[in-house]
Amino acid sequence: MTSWAEIPLSGWGRLSAPETLAARPERAAGFDAAVDEALDAGEGLLMRGAGRSYGDQAVLKGGRAVLTERLDRVLAFDPETGAIETEAGCDFQRLIRAFAPKGWIPAAIPGAANVTMGGAVANDVHGKNHHADGSFGDHVEWIELIAPSGKPRILMADATGRAEKDLFRATIGGMGLTGAIRRVGFRMMRTPGASAVVKESRAPDLEAQLAALESSDARFSVSWIDAMGTGAHLGRGLVEEAELSGAPPRSLKKGKTRVPFNAPGALLSSLVVKIFNEVHYRLVPAGGRESLKALETFLFPLDAIADWNRLYGKRGFRQFQCVLPPDQAEAGLARLLERAAAAQAASPLGVLKRMGAAGRGRLSFPMEGYTLAMDFPNRPGVEELLVDLYAITEKHHGRIYLAKDSILSARELDRMYAEAGTFRNTIAKLDPHGRMRSDMSERLELSARHAAEGGK
Amino acid sequence: MSAENTTAPGGWIVLGATSAMGRAFARAAAGTGAAVALAGRDIADMDATASDIRLTTGVEVSVWLFDAADPNAPADLAQRAAAWAETLDGALNAAVFIGSMPEQDEIDADPALIGPVARDNYAALAESLHRLAPLFEAQKGGAIIGVGSVAGDRGRIKNYVYGAAKAAFHTYLSGLRNRLGRCGAHVMTVKPGFVDTAMTWGLPGMFLVARPEEVAESCLAGLSKGRNVLYVPWFWIGIMTIIRTVPERIFKKLSI
Repeated sequence: MTSWAEIPLSGWGRLSAPETLAARPERAAGFDAAVDEALDAGEGLLMRGAGRSYGDQAVLKGGRAVLTERLDRVLAFDPETGAIETEAGCDFQRLIRAFAPKGWIPAAIPGAANVTMGGAVANDVHGKNHHADGSFGDHVEWIELIAPSGKPRILMADATGRAEKDLFRATIGGMGLTGAIRRVGFRMMRTPGASAVVKESRAPDLEAQLAALESSDARFSVSWIDAMGTGAHLGRGLVEEAELSGAPPRSLKKGKTRVPFNAPGALLSSLVVKIFNEVHYRLVPAGGRESLKALETFLFPLDAIADWNRLYGKRGFRQFQCVLPPDQAEAGLARLLERAAAAQAASPLGVLKRMGAAGRGRLSFPMEGYTLAMDFPNRPGVEELLVDLYAITEKHHGRIYLAKDSILSARELDRMYAEAGTFRNTIAKLDPHGRMRSDMSERLELSARHAAEGGK
Repeated sequence: MSAENTTAPGGWIVLGATSAMGRAFARAAAGTGAAVALAGRDIADMDATASDIRLTTGVEVSVWLFDAADPNAPADLAQRAAAWAETLDGALNAAVFIGSMPEQDEIDADPALIGPVARDNYAALAESLHRLAPLFEAQKGGAIIGVGSVAGDRGRIKNYVYGAAKAAFHTYLSGLRNRLGRCGAHVMTVKPGFVDTAMTWGLPGMFLVARPEEVAESCLAGLSKGRNVLYVPWFWIGIMTIIRTVPERIFKKLSI
């Protein structure tokens, strides 16, 4: 009944793209049918939204995938409270375009506009206002999913029963392993309009960056970081602080620049990146500058270029993202940046941000402290670099963001995420045959099959 | 109510609103401020689309059952449309996205499928438009978009039964354009090439595939330019010109 097709599916980092038997239902009834068929087939079911996780979270070799992108509708909205209900495939761009002019936006918005609500739950995504408003999961009221048994369930955020609570907390940040998310109910937050007043200022080194982010009382704050900077320039960058605004922004450019083919490696050679970073840094005057930006331009700077992941060439790229607790931040970040700069392997995309309270999920990434993200073209030596960066992260009591990861081991996961064991227990009860799966869940030994196989 | 001298957004009947192109068009039409009536078979799905359009654009949305296999469907549709037109601020418009495409080898195995293919891609649609035509004559305006296919431009071994039904629909639309043009209503034939829909999901040999949203935007843009026949994406006019001009003695040996 469902139409299954062999198509290549890769993560956003384009490391590999195995042919996967995939269905892309366009109606709610077709979604249920596809999920049921895939669960029955027993080859493993991967749920996939926009495919914006970087590594192997949205990849499943030899299994089946159900793509939610065509189930993207808003089903209910309360203009008094901002409560909204959407299908799993609805993305941030649709919501912002439709509701920002009416005074509402999602309270946590990631840096990619086409991330879906299903993906937002599954990764407990955060935005530039995390320190003020928390992560996506903090605003979720309920999640409707088809459990691995095939039974539809509604998980309430305010559930009191222990099993219900467990399941909800396993689903927030649970990488889609607790079932096929069908609908999500969550609260949006008020905005005076669809623009932002953005203040940019230079921070000459890491200490200045951290001091600026620490003392900032702006609702949105984030730093671009020059991951090539060394010595006195180590950790220098541009601090961006912003407040939502109702002032009419300049009209949004409708057309997008596309990257039509894989870029040659020389584009991201260390010399080009160094020059780019120097110019980028100096473009902001020493005294700083303030500007009014369309909300989408401010939130999704990279989306101005569609398929920007192709800039990394055909070998793809890796992203490193960690969060370190406040007392470890300065020392840990310095070591991470020193190691990255020594490799001279970074792209121009380095981001530093202060994070607020921890998320509600067992595997939620956010926690109080500082998060650092750096992209690396996938060249020889990058895995070794990542291994070192992961070790530094662990040493400084930090953790790695699973949405970006492609190499973490199950043991490292256990050491970084205190509740990983609880998550595994919940999954073992919920999905004893390991029907919900991804290459990442196999790697991190999260699906129950591993327990059944004697804790392989 | 004349569409020629009013800027009121009016309303669009979208036949086949559960298809990816139909849904995308309904959203795009609502984006211009027009009321929308979604017509199709899956009421639950159309209810979801209706909520979406209402909440994101604020326009009025109705949901009508329309099953091309039901012989009464065209008459019922015309009756509802007449009543709905009375409530509209501006002209009534209609866009037809219905179609079905069984595999040619299924048809070869069971030629009785030809009847339903002709009905889903031509007869039921033409009857519906024919029953709506007097409303367009009465309002002396409005637009009709009929979505056919490049497959209707020439009979190919891979899907000539589907292509024949689409060709019939194209010819019908051409005649209807001739008729309604006299009273100020406009009929536009749209011939999509490959579009990324459930119908084409996983089909081998697809290239230059358009997104449903692109087709929807092209339809509205083509209409505002008063186009009669529109290929989407535009380069298909070139591809089809070549395909049409291959002499039959050569074409009959090709399996494109």
